[in-house]
Amino acid sequence: MKHLGILRIGFKLLINDKAKFSALLIGITFAVFLMMQMTAMFAGILNRAFSTVTNIGASMWIMDPAVNTASSAIPLPNYLLDAVRSMDGVLHAVPIFMGSAMVKLDSGVYQSANVVGLDDASLLGRPNLEQGNIQDIYADKAFVVVHDAEYPKLESPVIGGGFELNDHHGRIVGIARVAANGLNGVPTLYTTYSRAIEYIPTTRFTISYVLVELKTVDAIATVKAAVARLGYVALTRDEFNQRISNFYVYRTGIGTNILLMTVISFIVGLSISGQTFFTFILENLEKFGALKAIGAKGRDLVYMILFMATFTALTGYGLGIGLVTLMISIARYRLPNYAAMITFGNMGLAFGMVLLIAGISSYIGIRKVLKIEPFDIFRG
Amino acid sequence: MTAVKEVGMVAHYGEMLFIVGPSGSGKTTLLSMISGILRPNAGKVLVKGEDIWALTTDRLAEFRLSTIGFVFQDYHLFPRLTTAENVAIPLILKQKNWNESIAEARKYLEIVGLKDRGETLPVKLSGGEQQRVAIARAIIGGPEILIMDEPTASLDGDTGRMIIAFVKEKVLNEKRCILIVTHDARINEYADRILNMEDGHLTNAVKGNE
Repeated sequence: MKHLGILRIGFKLLINDKAKFSALLIGITFAVFLMMQMTAMFAGILNRAFSTVTNIGASMWIMDPAVNTASSAIPLPNYLLDAVRSMDGVLHAVPIFMGSAMVKLDSGVYQSANVVGLDDASLLGRPNLEQGNIQDIYADKAFVVVHDAEYPKLESPVIGGGFELNDHHGRIVGIARVAANGLNGVPTLYTTYSRAIEYIPTTRFTISYVLVELKTVDAIATVKAAVARLGYVALTRDEFNQRISNFYVYRTGIGTNILLMTVISFIVGLSISGQTFFTFILENLEKFGALKAIGAKGRDLVYMILFMATFTALTGYGLGIGLVTLMISIARYRLPNYAAMITFGNMGLAFGMVLLIAGISSYIGIRKVLKIEPFDIFRG
Repeated sequence: MTAVKEVGMVAHYGEMLFIVGPSGSGKTTLLSMISGILRPNAGKVLVKGEDIWALTTDRLAEFRLSTIGFVFQDYHLFPRLTTAENVAIPLILKQKNWNESIAEARKYLEIVGLKDRGETLPVKLSGGEQQRVAIARAIIGGPEILIMDEPTASLDGDTGRMIIAFVKEKVLNEKRCILIVTHDARINEYADRILNMEDGHLTNAVKGNE
């Protein structure tokens, strides 16, 4: 590589100035850590908010237009289910019930729980069982408990264990594993649709959502239009997740707060590293001038400064990612329900921000270095 | 304000030429124009018949790298690089291989009497030793013109004389010309020719022909 030597000089100038290099690394690492922590928390919250959609797994959901999140279902009339079943392109449509109830445990403690009532005929949206047999859900008083971070709140029930739910006796027949934990921090019980509406007091309408499987993906538009004509909304899984995401981002203040914190983290990182890098350039300015006098071209120095800034930024980025991973791992170890997750999206965002920090820092340095005249070195 | 006015001078290969004069007389400005780092408002600087100020910026940088060797008044060594790395800089700028450049730098450190100091940082060297490192850096690229700006200003009398004697004996040859700007009359004995400058004019030759 043509400029390898000049880059190596830059590398040595940078890492041999241990105090400045450490300050630069700390600044960028800290900024990346904060940006990643904020966005990881938000990603974790969204992931939890999507959990119902993820765990049920239906490809299309029909709901009242006012629904913003999966947990805030507005009951649907039974005729809607019949109407959807008769629509062109619909392979099958089933009801699902979602509600919450206070569960009285064997110890006498009351614990709130989410109750999901699956369609009796198809059990569409059933979880994978760790223990037990899904057919046992048809047994008298049968419930399947989800083995997630909230499971201990039900005193870690085993198959055969019992509880009371609105003066009805319930019995655990299976223990399930689901893909995503819920957002609300309460345990989840699965049962049949008919048992759920029997155990839990409901309004006149009892269907929370109509879950639809289509014959082909081409039918999406047709079904959406047909459902809209009835005054309801049909959303694909991704669209429903997007609606939930929009709710949390734009209507709860969480998104704004996270965005603010991310911007502040960026500014902190930029301030520390930009300032330190600028001081570093200023301290070496005469030397850069001497290099120009000796015969270094402007682009040699530009490459050198870009390399120094990029190397520092990427090292800081790696350290920041490592640090946030460690912190989240420790937090998860101590708090299994800790809602934070690192995604390629937030890693990409932090990477972009770090490149921006490197770019701005380089720009300041390059401007200064390109301005220095070798004659100034002679003049002293 | 014009720092240098109507100056005409010729330097020859194989000679050590001093330019002396009071502060503000334009010595450094003249040297900067000769070495291709300060563009004159008018006039020409001819090196082997070619006007260096007619070159493009990049070609001028290449000219400086290949033809001029600089020894700055404050040396301007990189404090975070070893002496060998400092000396190797002109070769590295010429995109020569790093290890070969360092090996070459060690040879030049040996020439200037600092054979075993290749791994030392400049701050651990005395002023005279730093001056020698700067000289090694200036001559490693094989320049035809060596420019030294107040080379003895930061040195005591004996060390200053020793350095200039060394330069005359080991660095000057028939393919090289050395231009030195100095206030230090104690080293005048080493000059082949001395030009005096006052108020931007070359006034008279203190030694040799103007």
